[in-house]
Amino acid sequence: MKVELTVNGKEITADVEDRMLLVHFLRDVADLTATNIGCDTTSCGACTVLLDGESVKSCTVLAAQADGHSVTTLEGLASDAGEMHPVQRAFHEEHGLQCGYCTPGMVMAIVSLLKENPSPTEEQVRAGLEGNICRCTGYHNIVRAALAAAEASK
Amino acid sequence: MIPPSFTYQRASSVDEALSLAAEHGEDAKYLAGGHSLLPLMKLRFASPAVLIDLGRVAELAYIRDEGTYVAIGALTRHHDVQNSPLLGSDIPLLAHTAGQVGDPQVRHRGTIGGSVAHGDAASDLPASLLALDASFVIRGASGSRTVPAAEFFRGIFETALEPGELLTEIQVPKPAAPSAWSFQKFTKRAIDWAIVGVAVQGNAIALVNMGPTPLRARAAEAALASGASIADAAALAAEGTSAGSDIHASKAYREHLARVLVRRALEEAAARS
Repeated sequence: MKVELTVNGKEITADVEDRMLLVHFLRDVADLTATNIGCDTTSCGACTVLLDGESVKSCTVLAAQADGHSVTTLEGLASDAGEMHPVQRAFHEEHGLQCGYCTPGMVMAIVSLLKENPSPTEEQVRAGLEGNICRCTGYHNIVRAALAAAEASK
Repeated sequence: MIPPSFTYQRASSVDEALSLAAEHGEDAKYLAGGHSLLPLMKLRFASPAVLIDLGRVAELAYIRDEGTYVAIGALTRHHDVQNSPLLGSDIPLLAHTAGQVGDPQVRHRGTIGGSVAHGDAASDLPASLLALDASFVIRGASGSRTVPAAEFFRGIFETALEPGELLTEIQVPKPAAPSAWSFQKFTKRAIDWAIVGVAVQGNAIALVNMGPTPLRARAAEAALASGASIADAAALAAEGTSAGSDIHASKAYREHLARVLVRRALEEAAARS
């Protein structure tokens, strides 16, 4: 079927299989490979992107369901001039990553979390990241990065 | 994992969804948020030939104050149930339970109607809706009918929905004492399904994952009604249940959890009210 998605502000039209998952559309059709496939079972959150501004797991959304909607991936966060998004900068400054596999999903989940709750407590950040697993178990600095990004955005 | 091949169809109204379902018969499944169905399809536990996407049936996404009850459109997302000021004040058990489903990403996609229609005894919302004496409005080719929660869940993933019928609305009576609620969920990890869960509203007690369907703990409720203490009533929480054993817990352990969690839930509900 023909789908048309706005990905990081750019319209992408493609003829895809009805069963194509959004994550495959992003990686294989839009050629945006920051979004990782982790567990592929809606558990780990590595494939988290924003759909109309809200975090979703793109391994559990069909490209067809996202047809006509707007998707933001990690590649779409920095400014056109290359300036990092506050959440990206906070990950850098707070050492919020180890192996980096969960990072794109963590960053997108935190962008969505801070949009809904701009001044979260540490507990709210931890609860808000329950859908994202870090295989290095590096959660402390990820939570610190989220809190630092909230502070920096005030 | 990629789901098995299917034909994707999109409905933009309830009527169109029903007519697509009539056209494709039992080969078709409705797709709401897809957060139960798509994982099952990836694992080949389900392989419908046709998916009827309800995601754009905007008429089914609402939360409406109807005086004595709240009407919730079947396609209302968990995120919206969780954050509804009306539900937060008048039916806080339901708003809280919606916030316990999966994780934020799941709650941005999953719907209350999808959760109910899926009929999984391990999911949270059906138990709370059972404790709240909710009713479900079902549309079919021959019109509309309303089924109380107590008659809706029939067996393992089996509900009162007939092929082609569509759950359109959840009607939840406002409890007399909204604050007398508790929801207890025992999991290994935050995002897991409950090994056992308990929803309490007033003296109504419903159990998650203690049998093939969500269940009311009738023996414990009856004990409370005849003046038993919380501890004595909670000791009866596993009566009449038929919990299974699996890799997460044995039947005996689940029964123990039910007694412990019912006591905690009744104590918390009493402390809140």
